[in-house]
Amino acid sequence: MSASPAAAAKAEPSHDATSAISVKEMRKCFGDHEVLKGISLEAHKGDVISILGSSGSGKSTLLRCINLLETPDSGEVWVGGELIRMKSGQGGHQTPADIRQVERIRADLAMVFQSFNLWSHMTVLENLVAAPVHVQKRPRAECLEQAEALLKRVGIWERRNYYPPHMSGGQQQRAAIARALAMNPKVMLFDEPTSALDPELVGEVLRVMRSLAEEGRTMLVVTHEMGFARDVSSKVMFLHKGEVDSLGEPKEMFARPPTQQFKQFITNFNK
Amino acid sequence: MDYDFYLSTMWSVLKALPLTLEIWFFGIAFGLVIATGLTWLRASGYRSGEYFTRAYVFVFRGSPLLVQLYLIYFGLSQFDFVRHSPILWPILRDPMYCTIVAMALNTAAYESEIFRGALRAVPVGQIEAAKAFGMSAFTRFRIVTLPIALRLALPAYSTEIILMTKATALASVVTIMEMMGTAQKIQHDTFRPIEVLTCAGVIYLLLNLSIARLFAWVEYVLSPHLRPAPDQSQQIKPVPEVL
Repeated sequence: MSASPAAAAKAEPSHDATSAISVKEMRKCFGDHEVLKGISLEAHKGDVISILGSSGSGKSTLLRCINLLETPDSGEVWVGGELIRMKSGQGGHQTPADIRQVERIRADLAMVFQSFNLWSHMTVLENLVAAPVHVQKRPRAECLEQAEALLKRVGIWERRNYYPPHMSGGQQQRAAIARALAMNPKVMLFDEPTSALDPELVGEVLRVMRSLAEEGRTMLVVTHEMGFARDVSSKVMFLHKGEVDSLGEPKEMFARPPTQQFKQFITNFNK
Repeated sequence: MDYDFYLSTMWSVLKALPLTLEIWFFGIAFGLVIATGLTWLRASGYRSGEYFTRAYVFVFRGSPLLVQLYLIYFGLSQFDFVRHSPILWPILRDPMYCTIVAMALNTAAYESEIFRGALRAVPVGQIEAAKAFGMSAFTRFRIVTLPIALRLALPAYSTEIILMTKATALASVVTIMEMMGTAQKIQHDTFRPIEVLTCAGVIYLLLNLSIARLFAWVEYVLSPHLRPAPDQSQQIKPVPEVL
């Protein structure tokens, strides 16, 4: 009956069955530059959290530390109530204790990149099928069927046998979103999904993302799209110099900016 | 022009083509195995592995293949332990084996550099995407890194194979009667260097032409994504799944 207090504290986030992602006191330095200064984040199932901030504020790094594309220097990441176990490695830097666990968790956290990062030697359809077949070991026929349905949904089914370099940026990003959906992810991570697109192609990608939000997907979206942050997301998180400057309901945040920094940030955007 | 002499010379040199192809084939086959090992050593992240491959490339890329061939064929047999070794001697007393060994060691140095460059040129973002989708290091390499790197390496690799075709002519200096050796013998017997060497040259040209065409075709088949975009109406066949 006497669990140690430390163990009880560590197990705490898993009590909450609705927790999708929980980040505790995350820190990350690149050389002398501290990019994340102890950031905590709580995403419940169905949350759409927009992460805003000027460049260099650490928002992309935060996202990349969640699926361990970057290794945080300290802090905890809980995904669906499961802690990603870390051990201390060389030079005081921690490393994942169990790379299999990391790979399993990554498969549940599909990521959409700023530069799409579709695999260029595969057709769109093959891009969608590769990870489900080789990572989740699902039958190829079933994955193909799902892939075609997803491509219809994002409106590029006609391009299923095209190679990524043969498509526009907007089509590539929609293919990348479909590739992420093909994993049936628990949480989707978007790393500035519209920043590399021509202005007239942004809309088609945002429409897809909005429809995902509306069907109750859990999403973390690093973005510069103020419209998306205000109208679609359920929470807005504003990072400033590696710290959480403000966090709240989007309507409230945009109507009455809680801090001077956030106020300045959105004013600069509207100029 | 003495057509009969041309024809008979052509025929005599062509009869040595199988021997040339044999040296060529085993040279590049063993070379590929060694190059793969070297590339792996270099990429493994071990300091000692990196130093070893650097030294290897320095030596075998930096000195002439002819010197290497002489050292292996004439030089190594000077050592008693080589002559008394039940494993080394059967290989090193045979000029054919010596040529294949020299060619393999030499081409491996170049190829390992080609492969290293190709691996480094694979777009980081595509590897990162593979990571982010939960692929293990091995799956990542098999599904993403290797297929892309192979395509990137192909043009430089085909050049290296063509260089190797021409390098087989060096076998003639260690008594092998492949195409060049045969041509030289006819030349010495007839004192008609122009006709004889022209015949040999034409055969090497045609051989390299076919090799170049073959590689160009493989490149074409493997890289539809690098060609201009197709018509909207036209369907492209997906790349076979093995690659």
